[in-house]
Amino acid sequence: MLFLKNYAWPWALARAGILGMNRRNHSYISRYNPRRLYPLVDDKLKTKRIAMAAGVAVPELIGIIREQHQVSRFSEMVKDRPGFCIKPARGSGGRGIAVIVRHQEGFYYKPSGRPETIQDLERHISNILAGLFSLGGKPDTAIVENLIHFDDVFAGYSFEGVPDTRVIIFRGFPVMAMMRLSTAASGGKANLHQGAVGVGLCLRTGRALRAVQFNRPVRRHPDTGLDLHALRVPGWDTLLRLAASCYEMSGLGYIGTDLVLDKQHGPLLLELNARPGLSIQIANGRGLLPSLSAVEEFGDTALNVARRIEFAQKRFGVFEP
Amino acid sequence: MVSRKSFYLLVALLACTGIGMTVYNNVVMGVPLTPGEKRQIWSIEAKMEFTATGEPVIASMAVAGTQKGFTLLSRTAASPGYGLAFIEKDGAERAEWSIRAATGRQRLYYQIDMLVDPSARPAEPPVPPPVVKDFEREPYATAMAQILGRAQERSADPYTLTREIIREIDNQAQNAELLKGYMPRAGLVARLLNNADVPARTVYALMLEDGRRRQQLIEYLQVFKDGGYELFNPQTGEQGQPRNMLLWEYGSAPLLDIAGGRNSRVTFSMIVQKQPVSVALAKKNELSERVTISIHGLPLEEQALFKGLLLIPIGVVILVFLRLIIGIKTSGTFMPVLIAMAFIQTQLLTGLVGFVLIVGSGLVIRAYLSRLNLLLVARISAVIIMVIMMIGIFSALAFKLGLTDGMKITFFPMIILAWTIERMSILWEEEGPREVMKQGGGSLLAAVIAYLAMDSELIRHLTFNFLGLQLVLMAAVLLLGNYTGYKLSELKRFKPLADDMNAGRNGL
Repeated sequence: MLFLKNYAWPWALARAGILGMNRRNHSYISRYNPRRLYPLVDDKLKTKRIAMAAGVAVPELIGIIREQHQVSRFSEMVKDRPGFCIKPARGSGGRGIAVIVRHQEGFYYKPSGRPETIQDLERHISNILAGLFSLGGKPDTAIVENLIHFDDVFAGYSFEGVPDTRVIIFRGFPVMAMMRLSTAASGGKANLHQGAVGVGLCLRTGRALRAVQFNRPVRRHPDTGLDLHALRVPGWDTLLRLAASCYEMSGLGYIGTDLVLDKQHGPLLLELNARPGLSIQIANGRGLLPSLSAVEEFGDTALNVARRIEFAQKRFGVFEP
Repeated sequence: MVSRKSFYLLVALLACTGIGMTVYNNVVMGVPLTPGEKRQIWSIEAKMEFTATGEPVIASMAVAGTQKGFTLLSRTAASPGYGLAFIEKDGAERAEWSIRAATGRQRLYYQIDMLVDPSARPAEPPVPPPVVKDFEREPYATAMAQILGRAQERSADPYTLTREIIREIDNQAQNAELLKGYMPRAGLVARLLNNADVPARTVYALMLEDGRRRQQLIEYLQVFKDGGYELFNPQTGEQGQPRNMLLWEYGSAPLLDIAGGRNSRVTFSMIVQKQPVSVALAKKNELSERVTISIHGLPLEEQALFKGLLLIPIGVVILVFLRLIIGIKTSGTFMPVLIAMAFIQTQLLTGLVGFVLIVGSGLVIRAYLSRLNLLLVARISAVIIMVIMMIGIFSALAFKLGLTDGMKITFFPMIILAWTIERMSILWEEEGPREVMKQGGGSLLAAVIAYLAMDSELIRHLTFNFLGLQLVLMAAVLLLGNYTGYKLSELKRFKPLADDMNAGRNGL
């Protein structure tokens, strides 16, 4: 019965208020996210459009490539941009995102310093258009965005990738937040199951609660050695306001908002996720269910953004301001 | 959103209808729940002999049909030179042979297969014969009146009267002795019953015993009451039809009726064979004349097709269970079910080896294709062609090596394989070989479990013969779709978190 040691009892998880996949899909996603609104978040281009219409800050759009014959115009498009980012409009789980930090004499350099030729990038765009990264292999659109220069306070907290902040917004109320830091193990990606570090954040202060890698608590960043518990997101209230306003903008009741802190532009909305993952609970060391129930019970969705944040910070915050 | 109440009502309705249909099939239609059960089929041969006089011959014999406890499966006749027709006379069927001229000893054979079938019923309920009252000559009339008079005093209804008459015949030895020469015993009892206004007649029955030859029919007594009837042994008065007794003539007609022949006699021989239920059922359904909308009424080829199709829900339910309750990751939602279907054709080991071989070498070639910078649709098409070529090569190779099993890999669904290779290859590039192993292994594990279930003789038997089970499966899927508990995999995933929270190590 040794293998049983690796398994928790279901009631132990229930007591801890941990949200499981089935419950998430059944009681939250399919109940609060109307199917017809999915395209708004599944297509990053549409997300960008509604965000701009709602006054939500997003990374600057350099160009869009919809058809194969437009691929040859790509090098012209990025000629004057030192750094940029190519994304599939309908990619999921961060798949198909290529980041170029600078280019020089026909070589395009990734954050790792690896050079790519224009042919490599064009093939990548062809793959995006053919639907390699989209759900169900449907033909897709490639988006070229300006490179994000993340805020200096995060220097050393992330290996190669951009540290982004994920906030779960439930019926307009922020219920949980974490920061995702890429590592060498995750290959510069911000996905927790690939080895990125997740740092749970206090909703009241934006201060780190604890950090985990591969489901286990860690104190220091595995590559840079910086103390993860010292992490604190500056301009936290502004960031929360941006995240919470995505509820009105998208109409979705249960979303994960991915934001980055840009050096010049402040918090920017990267993307919305209608099926946000469950690892945020591990990063926070808390289950989502108590907060979700509190919002279902007491949260008044008619409140404006500021009042909703006030409610969430009062109830779900950990540290004193 | 549909309210919970009506949802559970729907589930309950589906489950109850399904279980109801299953029970009906089992209890009323007599379809057994396990395939291992065997059914007895009696092959009975009647040999009719007579001496023809040289004139035109018409020989008519009563024949047994589907009746209580037995279903007629097939009948054949061997009678060289004779014309044969089955005619209906007074509600019972007779076989009629005819020939223009014959001389000497004639032998006609008639053979039937009877399925022992507790649910069998005759096509039409037996009709009571008219009550015939004849005035008997003395001294028989007095003797019969004495017997009937005593029996009537001690009886309440037709059945008890029958028993009492038979007992009284044994008691009144003198009268019995007198009447014995006048009338056969069964005929006597029937006549006495008729005199008491009870419809009754003599029927001829065959006691079934395996391997018996030259058997004669025995007389039995059929007594009617209120539209039903009961059989009595005229010798002992025993009520009811013995399990191994088949009624041969039950139409108030002579067993044999020959014009143009004499010295006739009929003897019977019989053997029993045990056949699996499925064979017996198939034969029975073939013969069924009822107009029913049923898969079993389709031609055999289509039935075989449905046998396969009806297994898919089993695989699907298993997959839903594995994904929602266990949390196994598979590549492609229902790909494992299709692979399991292929395994059924190829057998497990050949299938597993073939699958790993094709997907493995497919991944290698796909890795090269990815460097050619092709558009997705073209690349998948290339993979499909490649898969087909590989299957061809492997089949030829296996055949050359004497492994005829190897040729069966042609049963794999090519398009599905191509997509599997494509997906795995992308997974490899993006998430690394670990994830490929995890999802590939998960898919194979799910496929093997689904295969084991779908290949089970019992489950094949159940899904094919009890269509109601499909509704039960439907109800199960609906219920699973409402499961909001944790998956087994999550119990492991969140175990460290739960431990940390218990130990207060969650940073709070």
